[in-house]
Amino acid sequence: MRLQLSPELEAFREEMRTFFTTQVPQEIRDTVAAHRHLTKEQYVEAMRVLNAAGLAVPHWPVEWGGKDWTPLQRHIWREEMQLANVPEPLPFNASMIGPVIATFGNEEQKARFLPETANLDIWWCQGFSEPDAGSDLASLRTTAVRDGDDWVVNGQKTWTTLGQYADWIFCLCRTDPTAEKKQRGISLLVFPMDTPGVTLRPIELIDGGFEVNEVFFEDVRVPAENLIGEENRGWDYAKFLLGNERVGIARVGATKRALAQAKEHARSITVDGRTLLDDPRTAARIAELENELLALELTALRVVANSADGKPHPASSVLKLKGSELQQAATELLVDIAGPLSVASFAEDGSDVPDWARVSAPQYLNYRKVSIYGGSNEVQRTIIAGTILGL
Amino acid sequence: MNFEYDSEQNDLREAVAGLLGRAYGDSEVRRKVVGTDPGFDEKTWSRLAEMGLLGLPFAEEHGGMDAGPVEVAIVAEEIGRVLAPEPFIEAVVLAGGLIAAVGTDEQKGELLAGIAEGTTIPAFAHAEIGTRWSPSASAVTATRAGDGWTLSGAKEPVPHGARADVLVVSAVVDGGTGLFLVQGDASGLTRTGYRTHDGGRAAAVRFEGTPATLLGTGGDQTAAVERVLAEARIAYTHEAVGAMDTALRTTAEYLKTRKQFGVTLNRFQALTFRAADMYVSLELARSTALWASMVQEAGGDVVSAADRARLQGSRAGRHIGKEAIQLHGGIGVTAEYKVGHYTSRLTAIDHLLGDGDWAADRLARTVGDQETVDPIGAPYAG
Repeated sequence: MRLQLSPELEAFREEMRTFFTTQVPQEIRDTVAAHRHLTKEQYVEAMRVLNAAGLAVPHWPVEWGGKDWTPLQRHIWREEMQLANVPEPLPFNASMIGPVIATFGNEEQKARFLPETANLDIWWCQGFSEPDAGSDLASLRTTAVRDGDDWVVNGQKTWTTLGQYADWIFCLCRTDPTAEKKQRGISLLVFPMDTPGVTLRPIELIDGGFEVNEVFFEDVRVPAENLIGEENRGWDYAKFLLGNERVGIARVGATKRALAQAKEHARSITVDGRTLLDDPRTAARIAELENELLALELTALRVVANSADGKPHPASSVLKLKGSELQQAATELLVDIAGPLSVASFAEDGSDVPDWARVSAPQYLNYRKVSIYGGSNEVQRTIIAGTILGL
Repeated sequence: MNFEYDSEQNDLREAVAGLLGRAYGDSEVRRKVVGTDPGFDEKTWSRLAEMGLLGLPFAEEHGGMDAGPVEVAIVAEEIGRVLAPEPFIEAVVLAGGLIAAVGTDEQKGELLAGIAEGTTIPAFAHAEIGTRWSPSASAVTATRAGDGWTLSGAKEPVPHGARADVLVVSAVVDGGTGLFLVQGDASGLTRTGYRTHDGGRAAAVRFEGTPATLLGTGGDQTAAVERVLAEARIAYTHEAVGAMDTALRTTAEYLKTRKQFGVTLNRFQALTFRAADMYVSLELARSTALWASMVQEAGGDVVSAADRARLQGSRAGRHIGKEAIQLHGGIGVTAEYKVGHYTSRLTAIDHLLGDGDWAADRLARTVGDQETVDPIGAPYAG
């Protein structure tokens, strides 16, 4: 038991902090701090700055740009990045398909995809959920039928985040409809989004933004070499990918940032002669959230220390569950501090409502998503009850 | 930063768990022990002394083991796991901690060795009716009498105050708070003991010109009391973690075996999801308690860290205590089954030295002082 970081880790933390706060363009970090949507160019620029310094994909194998860091180093890297308002490396590339190709892909696929994936030369999107396959992902119905040297894909995906920017999609398809277990007949295919037969329809969200899309496939011909791993083993890769997705999903650094902003903004609102930060109810609410966030951070540190074999610790479900709740609580706090100003969401020039208050309600509404994606919180409870408590 | 126990700490846990498991593994034995005075087993107390646990945090020169807060936390957690009724935190961490913190060398030499050997059981007489969770005294006054002092006023409730051989008493002196020692057989001392809802013991302690000895060399001891209270709050949170752990395990086991509508209860998602939430609460509280002990070890701001542990531990204790009973159903409310006793003890722990709302209030007062909370930075890293 020891509180302090070792001198080496202390130096590592300082190195990360300095890099993130000096090398990533201020304008990009300001956009993140203001809870504004990043442009495609901003995502790409940020990831390339990280990749040039070897900081985009530290969790990958060393030969493909990884760092061979300890789990604690990775945790510090991620936390410092979030605290500095640096956009994280695009998850579809860095946390999802990259590790899958690095682990299950063949040598040609690794050489073909990994360098461009790390540098965001290829922007990937995720073809997993379908209208009738959400939490029950294994019920997916998009099919891939072998025809000569090609797979022919038909069906529909949905909730494809930032698909409008994507160059390629990684897509779970049913390749053996006769398999005894529905999990057994699924394969993972990758193909360009401009392949004939692929169409994309953006879905407007309740915050007025466009993050997710429906993607339709009509006789899309995908060369056989674009199968990742083995045929009909796609479910294993999906589980591996979703496990990776949950690591770092606690987003402690980002929520810390949001609470710091909440305090700052609470000072700017005066009610009955005192600021909201001096209002005991508001102050206690912030203190309570801050304490839960501390508990979550400490739990994350305990969990990373115990997951040295690279597999996600079952308690990582706790991180997803509580992390999403606290992210949502922070956005709720911000919209409550904004009060009536929060309705000015789409005000333009000529309004005196500060920017943070304008984005507070859309952000609150948008963040309802975090307890749904990455395995809904109900799925996490199922994992905790089943895997940890044996229920 | 490292959350791992070393091998000696693991050995300590195993030894304590072995001893307490043999004593109270059968919850009926505990029920019998707490049913008769003094509310704990003097033989078990002696065994704890033989193992060196009653002098765990004291200096070796005073008969102690010179162990740190993490070792104390391990003992407290194991106590909580089986609801051992022995007053380890009350006598060793709280009253003993005050003697170690402010006593003269002579007082430490005399009293701490006795505590460590199990022959002297001290209690801290501090709580007063009409106020709560304050580090200072107001209802007992100390007056100089020749070379010594006399005390007047009342303290209540004083955990294990009737059984204690010696009382450490906080009292008003010169407008501040002083600490005094009062022997159990002192004249003008009246102690009325009673059972507490969790099977413990407490007492009304009245002083009428009761002779007392100054603990330490005088001056206002409010800060020392606040610090030792913080250390006890952390220890209680570890005890609560042990208790919550058993409450959750017991509940999970029950869900797997109890049948209704022809199936075991774990077939009902409405129940398993609630058990999952209990696990989340437990692990968050455990992390915070461990961290607070590490802050104490590192010499950081132990008062603030204790408030944080108390807040998280209080919320978790209430959540798990209530749900453990609800998921059991009627049997959880009976004294004949063990889970309700855990809820009772968690409830007592929550109220002895400060509950969650109280801790949240204290943290709220300084919430604007720092931009973010850094668990390994100032003021916690020492």
